[in-house]
Amino acid sequence: MTLIEIFSYSFMQRALISGLLVGILCAVLGVFLVLRRLSLIGDGLAHVTFGSVALALSLKAQPVYVTLAALPLVLLSSLGILKLTEKARIYGDAAIGIVSAAGIAGGIIIAGASGGFNVELFSYLFGNILAVSSSETIMAAVLFCIVITTVIINYNRLFAITFDEELARSCGIKVERINALLALLTALTVVLAMKLVGILLVSALLIIPPVTALQIARSFRLTIILAALISAFSVTAGILLSFALNLPSGGVIVLLNIALLMLALGWRRLFSFQGR
Amino acid sequence: MSVNILEINNLNCSYNGMEVLSDINFSISTGDYVGIVGPNGSGKSTLVRTVLGLMSFDSGSVTLFDSPLGSFSQWERVGYLPQRIKLFNPNFPGTVEEIVKLGLLTEGGKLAFAPANKKELIDSALEMMGIAHLRKRLIGDLSGGQQQRVLLARAMVNRPKILILDEPTTALDPETREHFYSLVEGVNRKEGTTVILVTHDTWSIGKYANRFLYIDKKIIFDGSFDDFCKSDEMTAFFGEHAQHLICHRH
Repeated sequence: MTLIEIFSYSFMQRALISGLLVGILCAVLGVFLVLRRLSLIGDGLAHVTFGSVALALSLKAQPVYVTLAALPLVLLSSLGILKLTEKARIYGDAAIGIVSAAGIAGGIIIAGASGGFNVELFSYLFGNILAVSSSETIMAAVLFCIVITTVIINYNRLFAITFDEELARSCGIKVERINALLALLTALTVVLAMKLVGILLVSALLIIPPVTALQIARSFRLTIILAALISAFSVTAGILLSFALNLPSGGVIVLLNIALLMLALGWRRLFSFQGR
Repeated sequence: MSVNILEINNLNCSYNGMEVLSDINFSISTGDYVGIVGPNGSGKSTLVRTVLGLMSFDSGSVTLFDSPLGSFSQWERVGYLPQRIKLFNPNFPGTVEEIVKLGLLTEGGKLAFAPANKKELIDSALEMMGIAHLRKRLIGDLSGGQQQRVLLARAMVNRPKILILDEPTTALDPETREHFYSLVEGVNRKEGTTVILVTHDTWSIGKYANRFLYIDKKIIFDGSFDDFCKSDEMTAFFGEHAQHLICHRH
């Protein structure tokens, strides 16, 4: 089967478009999260998404509404993580762990009460981008525009708080507001990405492309661009490979990202040896 | 004509129920170079963090450029250089140029100048600190002294009227420290920028500052370094031997 034939399938077109959009979003936000040591926030929010999805499925919601139903709870949880860190003086990783545990515990109880895990819930756990619907692709495009525009408008503020919060405060930047904004954008992206790679692997898209870019980029701006390109490449190649080899797309995308990270680490090692 | 840039009246500050600053009163005028010294835990950093609005205070007033701190918004007139960024991430991917550009951010996180002026200001700050050749290098790849010069360029890029430095030479070797002090002196003398420098380096700052503030929760001494060295009151406070050590090392 040729590439042209593969691209002629409408489900493949939807998968590639939504995959690219979500992959780029995760990579861009991931750079800020990784550098602020908040990269596991994606994992925590994904577990809350699991709870929300279990609730929506137990209420027999339609697929598109399952995603929408997850949004409010995940948005609230992202702010909850921040409040736990800022007000209750709980370390960021511990706050993420608490919210994550609450999400997954809630999900297990709801799934158990509604007759156990069913096939549909498993599809959210592991993701299936080839099953993305037209309405979900449109939703991905709308959210992509919202998140990317917000990041561009707030780029300087985000850069400042990522470098040093106190210096950002001394410039008059409302750090708490920008932190909340970053958490909300991450929550939106996580909900959107769960259909792509699944709840269990969503944090991989937030973490691995930025970490790969950090090995080779020589400026902050370039790190973001490179992370987005790496993510776009891995999602596109992953979807095509998984289709050709009949493998789960989420797993293939993540393993491709790991392979790119290994290459980048090798490149950096080689480069630093040459520099000596 | 010298104008008051900073005025502090009856400032009291506590942290977790412990008194940190008590009845602080002083003002600073245009062109001053004020060295604030004191032992560990004396409230030096609390004082500058309060002035920068990074910490709240219990009572008293802080006025910056004739505006009460609560309503002050022209932060581009204030340059701040903290101790070498506490949790400085050596893998942070920002270039020298990107970090210096951060100093152009103003209230609300917008850039203060038009793009054309922005480049000129960044170039000038890099030249002033002698780091123009490092502009494309990652900050994490630089030595401690170079990193501190980058952060000083960031603090100076907006041509602030007042520069506040909080123990900026911690962890620098003596030679780099002296070079750094002479850079700050140049900023004060040539640019006319008012400087507040918090340090443990009593003997070093005595060379540069025209005013010397010794605090230990309250102001113990406020005057010139020479007066400090001649003061009988300070001899009684420190003991003759300690005062001699502070005053005669250079």
